[in-house]
Amino acid sequence: MTTTQTAPAVVPDFGDETEQRRICFICSKGNLDMAYPALIMANGALGEGVEVDIFFTFWGMDMINKGTWGDLQFSMLGNTAMHMKGSTKHLPQGLGGLPGMTAFATNMLKKQIADLDVPEVPEFVQMLHDMGARFWACKLSVDMMGLTKDDMFEGVEDIINVSEFIELSEGSQVIFI
Amino acid sequence: MSLATIAGRDVHVDEEGFMTEYDEWSEEVAGQLASNIAIELTDRHMEVIDFLREDYKAQGETATLRRVTTVGGIPTKELFQLFPKKPAKKMAYIAGLPKPKGCV
Repeated sequence: MTTTQTAPAVVPDFGDETEQRRICFICSKGNLDMAYPALIMANGALGEGVEVDIFFTFWGMDMINKGTWGDLQFSMLGNTAMHMKGSTKHLPQGLGGLPGMTAFATNMLKKQIADLDVPEVPEFVQMLHDMGARFWACKLSVDMMGLTKDDMFEGVEDIINVSEFIELSEGSQVIFI
Repeated sequence: MSLATIAGRDVHVDEEGFMTEYDEWSEEVAGQLASNIAIELTDRHMEVIDFLREDYKAQGETATLRRVTTVGGIPTKELFQLFPKKPAKKMAYIAGLPKPKGCV
């Protein structure tokens, strides 16, 4: 180890003095593999002191719908990057259409995620809420799917329309998933 | 890598100011590091710091927020109250450990 000289202690910059950063995520997908990107990035952002809003729309509603959030699925179909862990050989798309393949692929993915100690979707959503994320449900999707606030995770702030979302995301970075 | 004087003793720190030598840490050093970032350590803070240090010793890497909650038993919400804004990095800084590398 090379040491130079004793210097006045440097204090890390934790950004306490800098302008508050904000990120809005739009979650539009209800596939298991498409639920995680926003959850993981939101978790990272919150841990970095960034204010986070998440707007759930269309199939993304399944991430906060208590009837579905614990049972999101992963399908091989349409995913040409599908290969087994540790292999670069792509699996034929036709396999994905066989009975039971979606359940199989879903279980495999869930296991791989759990092995990394990443929580399942309901626990993850609750964790982000505890970290201070704010959740919004899309009015059009709610109407289309015949949902009410009672169907959703209790931490959802409100059901809002698109103009309200545009207002609340003013000045914020927006990430669409 | 340089030497800095913290709480009256010379300790090794990286360019950001995080300590690099596990054994150079002490509670006095922690108190000084905490006050550098405007945190006054309470017993509850020390529970978190002690967990982080023990866990680092066992695992060889700094626990993420989730691990502090699931294994250390301290609710995530409380971590944000104890170490506002960037809890994972602030905890690691005070505990004399590297920043956590895990994503979740």
